[in-house]
Amino acid sequence: MITAERKPMEELIECLAPYHRILLVGCNECVTVCSAGGRKEVGILSSALQMAFMKEGKTLEVKEMTLERQCDPEYVEELVTHIDQAEAVMSMACGCGVQEIARRFKAKPVFPAVNTTFMGASERQGVWAERCQGCGECVLGLTGGVCPIARCSKQLLNGPCGGSTNGKCEVDSDMDCAWQLIWDRLKALGIEDQYEKNIAAKDWRTGRGGGPRKIIREDLVK
Amino acid sequence: MKTESVLEKVFASGELAVTSECGPPRGAVPEKIIEKAKMLKGYVDAVNVTDNQTAMVRMSSFAACVFIRQLGMSPILQMVTRDRNRLAMQADILGAYSHGIDNILCLSGDHPHFGDHPMAANVHDIDSVQFVQMIRDMRDKGKFQGGDDILNPPKMFIGAAANPFADPFELRVARLAKKIKAGTDFIQTQCIYNLDKFEKWMEGVRDRGLHEKVNIMAGITPMKTVGMAKYMKNRVPGMDVPDEIIKRMAGVPKEKQPEEGIKISVEAIERLKAVEGIKGFHVMAIEWEQKVPEIVERAGLLPRPTIDL
Amino acid sequence: MENFEPTIVAFCCHYCAYTAADMAGSKRLCYPPNVKIIKVPCSGKVDAIHIMKALEMGADGVYVAGCLEGDCHFKSGNIDAAKRVAYIKKLLDEIGIGGERVEMILMSAGMGERFAQTAADMTEKIRKLGPNPVKFAPKANNAA
Repeated sequence: MITAERKPMEELIECLAPYHRILLVGCNECVTVCSAGGRKEVGILSSALQMAFMKEGKTLEVKEMTLERQCDPEYVEELVTHIDQAEAVMSMACGCGVQEIARRFKAKPVFPAVNTTFMGASERQGVWAERCQGCGECVLGLTGGVCPIARCSKQLLNGPCGGSTNGKCEVDSDMDCAWQLIWDRLKALGIEDQYEKNIAAKDWRTGRGGGPRKIIREDLVK
Repeated sequence: MKTESVLEKVFASGELAVTSECGPPRGAVPEKIIEKAKMLKGYVDAVNVTDNQTAMVRMSSFAACVFIRQLGMSPILQMVTRDRNRLAMQADILGAYSHGIDNILCLSGDHPHFGDHPMAANVHDIDSVQFVQMIRDMRDKGKFQGGDDILNPPKMFIGAAANPFADPFELRVARLAKKIKAGTDFIQTQCIYNLDKFEKWMEGVRDRGLHEKVNIMAGITPMKTVGMAKYMKNRVPGMDVPDEIIKRMAGVPKEKQPEEGIKISVEAIERLKAVEGIKGFHVMAIEWEQKVPEIVERAGLLPRPTIDL
Repeated sequence: MENFEPTIVAFCCHYCAYTAADMAGSKRLCYPPNVKIIKVPCSGKVDAIHIMKALEMGADGVYVAGCLEGDCHFKSGNIDAAKRVAYIKKLLDEIGIGGERVEMILMSAGMGERFAQTAADMTEKIRKLGPNPVKFAPKANNAA
């Protein structure tokens, strides 16, 4: 899922300071899974914001809504019924959702409530870790299912570097060395000779390097 | 011969090669690098210049190499993949070669986390293995990494690093094989204190005949104090300092520790001379460059061959 | 502030804390009327939003009372509750309401004295802290 974390309250309170009535919108997908912006979190943030305003002798009316997702225009459209009563919108979705709301409601200020972080998976309850950076050219078949772009601190395709210590990265002793993980997998699969095949320099055009990306499926476009 | 490099000529002659290294200054003070290099002149065949080592900004390795070349010495341009993309790297290689610098050491580089700009973007457009391959193709095919022809391709003598002491140990010979496949001409190892482990690695290297495909130089760093020994043991990733070394350093009074450290280094060199596949020594005396001449002399590595640049 | 009578909301778990409150009652132990008890099946049932809403609606202090460590009828509800309380305390500090207004307290069913003492201690602590600052704002029209 796409993971995110709520921004510090100080930052949120400051950006909402000029307003009295806002629409606070959560998302039922990724940010719900990582407990950052689902219905529960909308309720807690709404209460926290209102108390912060009340403390200063001000009021903040918060209309709480949680959409199925914010990255599809059909769902964002559901905000139409309440958008006019709000002076501003605060979205608890990832950056994709915030932008879709801004695109649809051009005259309404939209603010992010969370910092979108990475594409990752749950390691266990309450712990999410980065797994993918969307490089656009997946090499997981060559590396035993462990991504060197997302999980190696130096995104080496022919690692490990000389700083790998006890299976951990030189940057942080809690961070796994991706190449140790890759090697362990290659061994478990009995394909160690795969390791010595040098992987060629990456073409970053499939990733961020080529500019913002788009996928068009002609068979699905109406 | 693939290049005009002095270092390549020394290896080809069958003599043990000797290199050392200099760290450029943390400011626009060329006198500092010139002073360090002068201490080494006549005692080494070539001098490495580090590239933003430990991710701390210093005068660029390229610029510092130019000063060293102007002293009539042979520089080894260290370049990390952390700070530049492939365009900048190829551009710098053309520039360096045009200044008469024809040795390069290809490295990934320490993570910015360690340095004075932890907030900087980590480039790593290519990794050290791909970097070696890129320079080899520039030299031998006369082509840029993107495929176009190069006018007067740079004939660089290509080096890479090897760390037999990093984990996982079982991969360290295979990683050397990868670098050799990519086109490495010479290797400088991480500094060696655990001679047994190093010899074990060399065994693995020889088993696959890799010692004949690349010139391996053993890394040596003299300990100045027992504090330094402990620091390197506990705080530097990829470093293996056996307890006996700590004991030896701790066993002598403070004023005698530098001498003990040099003794340990000289003994290591003597032992490593006998190891088949060792083609030279890379003496790294960080901020202690003035001791390199003494170490080289006591290890019986003088005189250095005189080869014209 | 003189004559400030704090309102304290106490979420008490059925198996231990609420029974302890009963025990205090049958032993005729006095505790301040400031404490309003809400019975929950397990302290782990108390969610962050319940604590937030209590404060938002004007409670000056909130505590969650559950079983002693290892004794939770539902295995680890008390541990989950303690973690949530810690999280809310930090959030309340961030918005300037003050994490000291919320506490997690553990007790067993037989601890009538502890229940009464806790109620008294919490009331006094909140009295010293003063009224919940949200009470000074004009009433807002909140749609949930």
